[in-house]
Amino acid sequence: MSEPATELTLDTPSLLASEEHEVAIVGRSPWYLAWRRLRRNWVALFSLGVFIAIVIACASAPLYARHVAHTGPNTIHATDQIRVNGKVRKVIQGGAVYNPATDTFEIKSVDILGPTWWHADGRFVLGSDNLGRDEAVRLLYGGMNSLKIGIGSAFICTLLAVVLSLVGGYFGGWPDWFVSRFFDIIWAFPVLLLAIALGTALSVNGFHHLGVSIEPGSLWIPTSVIAFILIPYVGRPIRGQILSLRQKEFIDAAIGQGASPLRVMFSDLLPNVASTILVFFTLIIATNILTEAGLSFLGAGVRLPNPSWGNLIASGQDQLQTAPWLSLIPGIAIVLTVLSLNIFGDGLRDALDPRSKVRIER
Amino acid sequence: MGAFIVRRLLGMIAVMFVVSFLVFVIFIKIPGGDPASRMAGKNPLPQNITNIRKQWGFDKPFYVQYVRMMQKTANGLVPGKHGQYDVLRSFDTRQDVAHEIKRGIPATMSLCIGAAIIWLFFGTLVGVISAVFAGRFSDRAITTAALIGVSMPVFWLGLVLRFFLAEKPNDPLFPDGGYVGLTDNPVEWAHHLILPWFCLSILFIGFYGRVLRSNMLDVMNEDYVRTAKAKGLGPKRVLLKHVLRNSMIPIVTLFALDFAAVLGGGAILTETVFDLKGVGWYAAQSVGGLDLPPIMGVTLYGAFFIVFFSAIVDIFYVWLDPRIRPS
Repeated sequence: MSEPATELTLDTPSLLASEEHEVAIVGRSPWYLAWRRLRRNWVALFSLGVFIAIVIACASAPLYARHVAHTGPNTIHATDQIRVNGKVRKVIQGGAVYNPATDTFEIKSVDILGPTWWHADGRFVLGSDNLGRDEAVRLLYGGMNSLKIGIGSAFICTLLAVVLSLVGGYFGGWPDWFVSRFFDIIWAFPVLLLAIALGTALSVNGFHHLGVSIEPGSLWIPTSVIAFILIPYVGRPIRGQILSLRQKEFIDAAIGQGASPLRVMFSDLLPNVASTILVFFTLIIATNILTEAGLSFLGAGVRLPNPSWGNLIASGQDQLQTAPWLSLIPGIAIVLTVLSLNIFGDGLRDALDPRSKVRIER
Repeated sequence: MGAFIVRRLLGMIAVMFVVSFLVFVIFIKIPGGDPASRMAGKNPLPQNITNIRKQWGFDKPFYVQYVRMMQKTANGLVPGKHGQYDVLRSFDTRQDVAHEIKRGIPATMSLCIGAAIIWLFFGTLVGVISAVFAGRFSDRAITTAALIGVSMPVFWLGLVLRFFLAEKPNDPLFPDGGYVGLTDNPVEWAHHLILPWFCLSILFIGFYGRVLRSNMLDVMNEDYVRTAKAKGLGPKRVLLKHVLRNSMIPIVTLFALDFAAVLGGGAILTETVFDLKGVGWYAAQSVGGLDLPPIMGVTLYGAFFIVFFSAIVDIFYVWLDPRIRPS
């Protein structure tokens, strides 16, 4: 019988374990454990790959436009001739056509060039729109705008929500009262209507208050509007978590040791909600892309001729019968992006905290 | 209980006050420039601008302007007060905003009530089936479908439905948008609304199904469910009376608020795609022309709906569950 351990230290459990199993136990950080769980979830990783591929494709829109399609997002080719599979045709055929034989204009039904795939040397891969612009180029540029707004507003929204809930949750009392009432007030509006109201009001003359100057038509308008209206959706659950963490002993201990409020907020409270924030950030990008699409569809987001997935669908709906690809393709792009983010977000949540209930309520 | 109701209603009034003030700020203050000249419409007479400035109190402090704006918005609901400067009017069409919103209510109501029944029923069905068969193939299939449902833009789904079901050149299955009054022709009313109902419901079905599934999985692990099983209750009874009932509580809250939101113009995208001349459609028409009054009117109307419904839900809860009755 071996001699019982006389002195217990932090190393004792791992020593005992290595005696029993003949292997040492290695301490793992929670982030490593999460990564190990995520690594096994190949559906989530595949979705992340799809999302990254979409981001890279949209970011390389200028390259595609210059070297493959040889046109810009707003360049009009309505009267150009183009060679598809060796046959020459106009980008937009029909309409009022001048017939020199009879010296009259004949009205024919308008025929917009459909997707050529690769049969026209990379030009008009996804067809043309009603003005003769290259739809594939506009789709990529539109995706760039949609993703900029989605990711940018998710970043601003999460940042503001986290700072507000940290301040409210730490201090309690009237700061918390103000923060939670602020959430309540925004929560009381129908999301999309508030966004439209703000987006339209800001588009009249832009925003020139409080030392900030935004011109009408700027991408900052939809970005800030979406960030603002979705603050409570992120802030409410995080504030709840911080309120319950605030009651824990380790926070009292930190305060007792003389830690300043900023230190408690950022090195004690924040790391404990970091995994929640990460999951929310992923899922809110998806929500924001959908919101942006809705706003732009109604004309209160990205303004034409600047493309975005939402307003591409909107401008295509008049040609739904004759040129359905104009509305259907940007929608497929949205569904792919949002779906990949949602699947990855779900996987991330399961990996970071298998028992958590983080959820975006809409 | 009585004290709680009074306090909750007072809170409701306070929130409505702040909400309406925020609408005032968005409407009058954020755009900058002279609100009176915007309000006078295109090519106004100088006299008109002066009149509006005086009537709306734009030469007075902001709280006077706020009170005037609320008065004029409410005047639209009072018969007899419809003078040129008495009510909130659209910049473009010069029509009374409150009156136009009232005209949109039947279409919005028809859309929302029908869709709400569909999404509550199918959302519950999706949640129950996927929770009961959790981990099996049918669960995987249903949750994937639900995830796709919540990832689709509503208006795009509407366009797809229109393209495949309503725009076939010969013999389309459904009419392509538009609204027929229930009292005019009930059959045509339903026929016109089937696609919009379906389109609006899809998102909510997916969302409620996902929420209900995870709630039910949590509840299934509760002690009282094990007790119910242990004392010999049949699986159907345990599922319906013990699991489902307790999992439905968060769904009921969600439902009340979502229903209020769509009733208050939140179905704006569906109404726009299907050309249903409802409340949300009215707001959407004004976006292109930067015509603010209809948008502000509908926003105010929608916010009031949400604030009112959430107060009702809170009171209903306290009445239903004594544990959360405040001290």
